[in-house]
Amino acid sequence: MKAFTRLNGLVCPLDRANVDTDAIIPKQFLKSIKRSGFGPYLFDEWRYTNYGEPGMDCTNRPKNPDFVLNQPRYQGAQVLIARDNFGCGSSREHAPWAIEDYGFRVIIAPSFADIFFSNCYKNAILPIVADAGTVDRLFKECEAAEGYTLDVDLEAQTVTTPSGFSFKFDITEHRKYCLLNGLDDIGLTLKHADEIRAFETRHKAAQPWLFA
Amino acid sequence: MAKTLYDKLWDSHVVRQEEDGTCLLYIDRHLMHEVTSPQAFEGLRLAGRKAWRNTSIVAVPDHNTPTNHWDRDIEDPISKTQVDTLDANIKEFGSLIYFPFKHKNQGIIHVIAPENGATLPGMTVVCGDSHTATHGAFGALAHGIGTSEVEHVLATQTLVQKKSKAMLIKVEGQVGPGVTAKDIALAVIGKIGTAGGTGYCVEFAGSAIRALSMEGRMTVCNLAIEAGARAGIIAVDDITVSYLEGREHAPKGEQWSRAVEYWKTLHSDEGAKFDAVVELKAEAIEPQVTWGTSPEQVLSVGSRVPNPANEADPVKRASYERALQYMGLTADQPITEIAIDKVFIGSCTNSRIEDMRAAAAVAKGKKVASNVKLALVVPGSGIVKRQAEAEGLDKIFIEAGFEWREPGCSMCLAMNADRLSPGERCASTSNRNFEGRQGPGGRTHLVSPAMAAAAAIAGHFVDIRQA
Repeated sequence: MKAFTRLNGLVCPLDRANVDTDAIIPKQFLKSIKRSGFGPYLFDEWRYTNYGEPGMDCTNRPKNPDFVLNQPRYQGAQVLIARDNFGCGSSREHAPWAIEDYGFRVIIAPSFADIFFSNCYKNAILPIVADAGTVDRLFKECEAAEGYTLDVDLEAQTVTTPSGFSFKFDITEHRKYCLLNGLDDIGLTLKHADEIRAFETRHKAAQPWLFA
Repeated sequence: MAKTLYDKLWDSHVVRQEEDGTCLLYIDRHLMHEVTSPQAFEGLRLAGRKAWRNTSIVAVPDHNTPTNHWDRDIEDPISKTQVDTLDANIKEFGSLIYFPFKHKNQGIIHVIAPENGATLPGMTVVCGDSHTATHGAFGALAHGIGTSEVEHVLATQTLVQKKSKAMLIKVEGQVGPGVTAKDIALAVIGKIGTAGGTGYCVEFAGSAIRALSMEGRMTVCNLAIEAGARAGIIAVDDITVSYLEGREHAPKGEQWSRAVEYWKTLHSDEGAKFDAVVELKAEAIEPQVTWGTSPEQVLSVGSRVPNPANEADPVKRASYERALQYMGLTADQPITEIAIDKVFIGSCTNSRIEDMRAAAAVAKGKKVASNVKLALVVPGSGIVKRQAEAEGLDKIFIEAGFEWREPGCSMCLAMNADRLSPGERCASTSNRNFEGRQGPGGRTHLVSPAMAAAAAIAGHFVDIRQA
């Protein structure tokens, strides 16, 4: 996994609540057996006006000009701001794969769905929960100023706007450590293999039917 | 100290805990399907790792599999590759149960694990699928995970988790005739919202929940995720125990008695503390129909489609307007005047034998309305299908003009050929009415199996109590 330390990135505003993972990456793209290549199909049904198929070359597909990702001022954005309950619905990790592959590294919203939230950390994406008032302020500032960027500092756990307004965000120590160092969990967990084995022995003695 | 059921399930699976509260949680049962597992197996292979305990794995292809013309195999080459990849991965890494495509017991993973006794009380159960919450009906801690976590569980038999908060949803009283587990669950989502359960493990309790069969309890827990809760759980009782007795992978003999003794402790203790409590009166719950593009946009069948102008919150008003536009509905339109094009009875929410019986009871001796282009009945598994056929339900459906199909996820998410065309409206017993969920531009209304069958007959939504 890539490390995440600090980023000063262009912001793209997606002004919708309850954005679900079916919208982030529609089901037909889930037929892939790979982890990569989902970026061109991110928000496929909102982004293009024709039906997308897996493997399709998207360069010449007709685009929906009203959708934010298609607006020239948001090209190259690395920070996505959204409304409540972002990433709800299906557990598909194809959603963060598509978001990361497109180029986003940070998502800021008032709330996230649980499974999507954990999936982000496994893919070097930093999901930041900010209160609804702060998110609203970011939306307003972003719409008012073309080229609006945010400075996101994981070590300090801060987000800073161009005018110098700054707020702190929460993250567990474990997730912060993994993101800062670009570590995936499996290697870390296997350091405790002996403890897992010892637990397994006790668990089997107590509930042998679980191991039948 | 008095413990919640969630405390008991959690505490009995913690391998180790870090200072910030992050835990390694031991996983007893790992369910798999073809869509979210290939990248996890590939990761394992690249790292030269084996599955830690392959006898924890129960797998089946369900999302991509066709529901008719099985003699033609899987015609979509990309779908076929994904299913073949699961075959190959299970062959290489091993499993306790694997039902390949066309196996007589094949079906939806959340239907086959319980019916084969592979979901047991007290277990931790995971699957790369959000509807894993279903298995909480057995007093098991069950939730959906992403593919990286699938790989983590394969490699280590554990998950890195922080404990959620505990919510109690109590439904007391007796539901009226025609009101089902699906209506209870949709009413809960309507009350607390699709994010109401975010960060919580929800325990469903109260006399209306206790009165439900295991099939009904699975429907309720299945929909916990649509209220934002990763897991929904229900305490073990005699209904749980009698459902499991004699199932193929359930314990037998002396182990059965020992297991039952332990399972009977799997309930929240008197006086256990919850972080949030929500109460509903069963008598107040009416047959539910979703009108919008989020499961929380749900109403009783006798209501009218909401008018965004009456909504004060601007974000909510905008989402109502957008939903009405997408759904092709007008504000204040009575729900019962909404005509439908297709009907789907199936999915991990409502494809068990009881659901088949409820729909067949409504369809018996009737005909599907002429404006309904397709009415699909897709049983959840080969076992459900054979049971339904033994009871003659297939004939009832076919005579009424429904199509009786082979098991699979089918039009719940339209990864196979079963889907809506743009603009088509569907009465569906599935779990998500998101934009495009059942096919691009498709319009989904979530209902119970009896309500879906009644809509098929009338050609529009009707109150099942008056059908």
